Amino acid sequence: MARRKINWYKYTSPANFYPLAGKLIPFFAILTALLLAVGLYVGFFVAPKDAVQGEAYRIIYIHVPAAWMAMFLYLLMAVYAGLGLAFNARIWAMMAAAIAPTGAMFAFISLWTGALWGRPMWGTWWVWDARLTSTLILFFLYLGFISLQSAIEDTRRADRAGALLALVGAVNVPIIYFSVQWWNTLHQGATLRLGRSASIAPVMLAALLIMIAACWMYSITVTLMRVRNIIMERERHAPWAAELLGEAK
Amino acid sequence: MKAWAQFFEMGGYAFYVWGSYGVALLLMAAEVLLLMSRRRRGSLRQSAEAPKMKVLKENETTT
Repeated sequence: MARRKINWYKYTSPANFYPLAGKLIPFFAILTALLLAVGLYVGFFVAPKDAVQGEAYRIIYIHVPAAWMAMFLYLLMAVYAGLGLAFNARIWAMMAAAIAPTGAMFAFISLWTGALWGRPMWGTWWVWDARLTSTLILFFLYLGFISLQSAIEDTRRADRAGALLALVGAVNVPIIYFSVQWWNTLHQGATLRLGRSASIAPVMLAALLIMIAACWMYSITVTLMRVRNIIMERERHAPWAAELLGEAK
Repeated sequence: MKAWAQFFEMGGYAFYVWGSYGVALLLMAAEVLLLMSRRRRGSLRQSAEAPKMKVLKENETTT
């Protein structure tokens, strides 16, 4: 059987990636809406209340996905930034820049929902323990990356400086992940761990996994939207971009 | 009706649960809206610059 070869390298060109991203956005947006609806339904109406924490535990279905996304997106951003440094193709740095604000938002959501969960369960909004502090540092790393990039006018230099920060900051992610094992902390242990069965009931686990999938699809959707904006803003003087915008009028 | 009131009460944790989901969903919706308006602004600026581009293009074809 003849196998059709897709030339992936083709899509590292912004001119080719721009329309591809545009075609993918509706697909991921619909998946996001569906998964979010199902995840919230299962999380609020199917999953029973927790024996110890009552209804308050339902914060888990937004808190854990947000915290995971904040970490995943940071690693992904660092990988794209690294590829940008190594291969000097514009699209990688644009992807890294497109991920940062969404990652920052998820880091904020995980801190915010954590505070609202900590208050009734631990009796405090915030403690300076390893898990919480390293997550706060993650949030600041995102903000640092964004402000560093916007502070440097020359795009190439901004990309390179941002990439260095992203790569150095990646050390923080395993620290967050293992912080609940390495240090004594108020924060409970990981709910989901690789190579081990989850420490919650199957229906709760299902809701959690669906919400994580929803947050992934959401992240892909908005990252594609943002990378298209970035491509257009940076390449608007390129003939292909001018032509495309001329057609759209 | 009563079942819904009980649902929104969240066993006395309404403020914490809805405060979490409310802010999270609000931020996500705001991000999408901001991206859409940024895209629109981009194409508006583009059409403002368009006449200049056209001239450039014509020069290119003539030389």
